[in-house]
Formats: sequence, structure tokens, C-alpha cells
Amino acid sequence: MKKTVLLLSLVIALAVLPFFINHGGDYGGSDGAAEAVIQQLAPDYQPWFTPFFEPASSEIESLLFTLQGSIGSAVIFYILGYYRGKRAGHANHR
Amino acid sequence: MKTNHIAGLSTILMLAMVPQTAFAMHIMEGFLPPVWALTWWLLFIPFLILGVRQLKQIVSQNSHQKVLLALCGAFIFVLSALKLPSVTGSCSHPTGVGLAIILFGFLIVPVLGGIALLFQALLLAHGGITTLGANGMSMAVIAPVVGYLVWITTNKIGLRKDICVFLCAMLADLATYIATAFQLGAAFPDPQFGMWAAVSKFMGIFCLTQIPIAIAEGLLTVLVYDQLTKRQLLTISEH
Repeated sequence: MKKTVLLLSLVIALAVLPFFINHGGDYGGSDGAAEAVIQQLAPDYQPWFTPFFEPASSEIESLLFTLQGSIGSAVIFYILGYYRGKRAGHANHR
Repeated sequence: MKTNHIAGLSTILMLAMVPQTAFAMHIMEGFLPPVWALTWWLLFIPFLILGVRQLKQIVSQNSHQKVLLALCGAFIFVLSALKLPSVTGSCSHPTGVGLAIILFGFLIVPVLGGIALLFQALLLAHGGITTLGANGMSMAVIAPVVGYLVWITTNKIGLRKDICVFLCAMLADLATYIATAFQLGAAFPDPQFGMWAAVSKFMGIFCLTQIPIAIAEGLLTVLVYDQLTKRQLLTISEH
């Protein structure tokens, strides 16, 4: 338990730490920045394929990202919870 | 000799200046020339086939393994949706492949990683179908091989289990982005200084952003690994 809390707080610290460092970044990291770097190296390059579907707005995009995260977490916590319950059940029977 | 110096110097300069913006994400749709896109796809397909075979084998075994497989897939799914801020001032996301490598080896990862990449390519316009071969190779083949070697070696020299888990997950994460830097550098060599200059440029962007995120991924993987051990889903003798 102690270790879990420690690990979690380290992860949170790693995620929060950047905001306390003054580097002038805008936390973009999006695909737009990638284009800039590639176009700097190959100014004539044109993307030859576009996505079939693009989220209509950044709100929709974050919805879909949240959905992805939620589906994954649902599975993880279901499994962890299931085995926790199972173990507790065993303990009761003994 | 002189050009080498200039190349080196410019690389260092770029490393110093560029990390303002970084795109440590997967290679975007259409952003690999067709030849490269095809090459990476052709390389990725055999691993995908091997992965599917491995998947069938695992599914035909006991349900215990199936559950762990689902968990590994879900872990990759969650982690690749987490865009974390990094100390360089940009965001990037972990890959989550470490857990699968530890529990099942590297052969299963192409399938699990492929599912996450496909979801993001189709629904989020993140990564792409044409670049899925390249992204699959970096995240679901090259990184898992690296991670697996780390896992084997650290276990052999007898490091603590959680440290082995941490190193495996962290280095697999970093390997993904190092491989991506190579893929982009090979496809877009620097017009003046060639491929290596481009690679080191992409590397400077990727790796600096990715280091703290890779550490976070390592820690999260240890956390889940601990939980699994606690529930006796993993026994020490088994792994």
C-alpha cells in the first residue's frame, strides 16, 4: 500500500513538475509541430494521404481520447477488482 | 572533416534550440513518403502474423492467461491515450508495452499495439493508416525487442524484480521514440548534412521530451505489476 501511494505520487509529480519549470513551452506536442520540422527538412514534401476521419473539434478529439482511456481503465479495474473479490471470498471460506 | 564539424556543431545548436516544440507522437498520416510507408508495412506484417498466432495460442490456454492478455491490451490502450506534459514544454504519451513484454514476451505486442494504433489512426486522426506500419514497427516490434532484452538481462544479473520491470518498461518506451527518430531521419534526411543529422535532430526533440514520460511509464508499470503479484495473478516462479 505504501509503495503504491509512493509510486502514484511520483507519477503525479512527474506530470506536474513541468509546469514549475520556466521554459516557455506551450504544451502543444501536436501533429502541427511535426509538420514544421519535416517541412524544414523537406520543404517540398506534400502529405500524400489524409485521414479518413478527423474529429470535428478539439472537444470531440478529447472526448475520443477520454473514451479510449476509459475503456482501457474499465478493463484494468474490472480485472483487478475481480481478483481482489475472489481472494476476499477465499479468505471468508477458510 | 570540416563538414563533420559543422554538422556536429549544428546538431548541438539544434538540440539546444529545438526542444521548445516537440511532437513526440506517432508519425502522422501521409507523412512518410510512399516507399517508406510501404517498406515499414512490409516489415510489420510478418510480426503481425506471428503475433496473431501467439494470440491464438494464448487464448486456447487457460482463462488465467486470457485475463492477463486483456489486461496488457487495456494497459497499452490507456497509456497511449495519456498525453502527458514534459519538462521540455510539450506533450507526449507513453506506450504501455512494457507490461505485455514482461508477461508474454515481445511476440504478442504487434497485435495489442496494432489495435491501439488502429483506434487512434481511424478515430482520432492520430498516427495514420499509411504510417501504421512504421509506427507499429517502432512501438510494437522494435521497442518490445529492446524491452525484452532488458528484461532478460536485468533478471539474469539478479536485480530486484520491480527494478527489472521499471527498466524494461522505461527503456522500451524510449526505444519507441528513438526508432521513430530513425524512421523520420531516414525518410527526411537533412538536405545539407544527410540522414544522421536529421536523425539526431529528431532524436533531440523526441528523447528529451520522452525521458520523464518514460520514467512515469516505468513507475506505472511497476504499480500494476505489484497489484498483479498481490492478487497472485503472477507467481514469482512463473516469471
